[in-house]
Amino acid sequence: MAGASLLEVDDLHTYIGQHHILQGVSLRIRPDAVTVLLGRNGAGKTTTMRTIMGVLHPTRGAVRFDGRPIHHLPPYEIARLGIGYVPEGQGIFGTLTVDENLRVAALAEDAPSGRRLERILDLFPDLDRFRHARAGTLSGGQKQMLSIARAFVNPNRLLLIDEPSKGLAPIIVEHLIDALRAMKQHATVLLVEQNFAMASALGDDFYLIDDGRTVRHGSMASLAADHELKKKYLGI
Amino acid sequence: MKARAPLAVALALLLLPLGFMDLRTYLTLTVAGLAMGMLIFLVAAGLTLIFGLMDVLNFAHGALFSWGAYAGFAVAALLNGRWGWAASPSVAANALLLAAAIVVAMAVTVVLGVLLERIIVRPVYGQHLFQILITLGASIVLEELIRILWGPNDQVMPVPATIQGSWDVADVVVLRVPVVAIGLGLAIYAGMQLLLNRTRIGLIVRAGVENGEMIQVMGHNIHRYFTGVFAAGSALAGVGGLMWAIFSQSVRPGMGGEQLIFAFIVVIIGGLGSVTGSLVGALMVGLSYNYVAYLVPKAAIGVTMALMVIVLLLRPTGLYGTAK
Repeated sequence: MAGASLLEVDDLHTYIGQHHILQGVSLRIRPDAVTVLLGRNGAGKTTTMRTIMGVLHPTRGAVRFDGRPIHHLPPYEIARLGIGYVPEGQGIFGTLTVDENLRVAALAEDAPSGRRLERILDLFPDLDRFRHARAGTLSGGQKQMLSIARAFVNPNRLLLIDEPSKGLAPIIVEHLIDALRAMKQHATVLLVEQNFAMASALGDDFYLIDDGRTVRHGSMASLAADHELKKKYLGI
Repeated sequence: MKARAPLAVALALLLLPLGFMDLRTYLTLTVAGLAMGMLIFLVAAGLTLIFGLMDVLNFAHGALFSWGAYAGFAVAALLNGRWGWAASPSVAANALLLAAAIVVAMAVTVVLGVLLERIIVRPVYGQHLFQILITLGASIVLEELIRILWGPNDQVMPVPATIQGSWDVADVVVLRVPVVAIGLGLAIYAGMQLLLNRTRIGLIVRAGVENGEMIQVMGHNIHRYFTGVFAAGSALAGVGGLMWAIFSQSVRPGMGGEQLIFAFIVVIIGGLGSVTGSLVGALMVGLSYNYVAYLVPKAAIGVTMALMVIVLLLRPTGLYGTAK
């Protein structure tokens, strides 16, 4: 099984300023599966993603993508290996139009990219309707859809999606779950999600982070059944 | 409609002096004002990229302006000294001299701009105080280098014969150098708009300015683009310096520092990061300076400051600025 992981994170330690945020995070992400990263606020979920993306640099440990160490690379090289990132708070370019947001994300303007874009716009018809509007004028849900759509424009092999349901109305979250379910057939996903309904609807595997360490992992189905574990680490 | 409001106000102000002078004087002053505005625009256009878009307070921009002027001057003096290309009545020789001066002025300032960005600006992105200190230091070094290379005194800039003198259009004296400056300014404005709004590079730069981290995790090396933007801004300062040298028919080491304040004022009036704002702001400054200098000579210096105060009171983000 060891060689079958698309992404391997080994004993990652990351500081932000003087704060030792990650103190030993290890992950194995299976290809074509959705792995959910769970944990309380401040446990280190977002920091883990930012370290994988190269925005933060680890002081110890390793990140390997497809067997190749990537933790010393700058973010733009990591992105070009085929890792897409949908950050917390969406990271939309508000002064650009929806169309410009999608075009700036596309690293190649070839036929397959065009087909992927068509498929995304089918899933998110709102984006097509407001294609020439400034992205800053979109609603919260539409911004989240745009953020996810940007990551799908490229033939990414791995997507890091950070709390897509945050601040969205329940009905929008339902729509988002449907869209992500349709998309997961095409990519491996590492998802940070506080909304347990969404996490269990999409997730295949889970990792639990507490105080900057990965403490448990297993299949999402086993977590859903383990009420004690959920209560201890997630308070639900 | 809102976007057109500043333009309407500007046009109304433009016609106001007509009540105090005859038409011929008004037209002469208007051409002179537009030319001065375009020269200021060339300096401000580079600054709006670097200060407005990249949020770098570059006090060395004025020194790059001087370097552009001196690099162009050196080429023009060499070509004119050896073959008399400026004094010659041949339009071809004149044009070659002008083209060579522009190319060398841009090349020299691009190299200086890249060095400045790589060595001293890159470590201080996001830190305004350090930017002011280090670019001010660089500007002193650059200006002193001019004194070492070309001496501390004013020198006469050889101006091609074709663009000297004036045309007489319907009793209005139209100087040729200002017309060249207006044409060049408009061409540069159009080029910048095309580059920023119609090309992929422009798209990436605009996105990177709004959120540099996001554009990097999308696979774009923002540092390379910022170096490019800094180099382009420096080249514009260089061309501005050269045009100013031709306009005033002289060069001197401190010429850039004087223009820098004008350029900062124009960028603020126009709104940070807006090329159109810089153009409108520069033209307003150039025109109001000329009208007021004719009507109330003593008030000419203060009118630019007054303009900035009025604009900022009415629109705190500048004419075309958007709040970040």
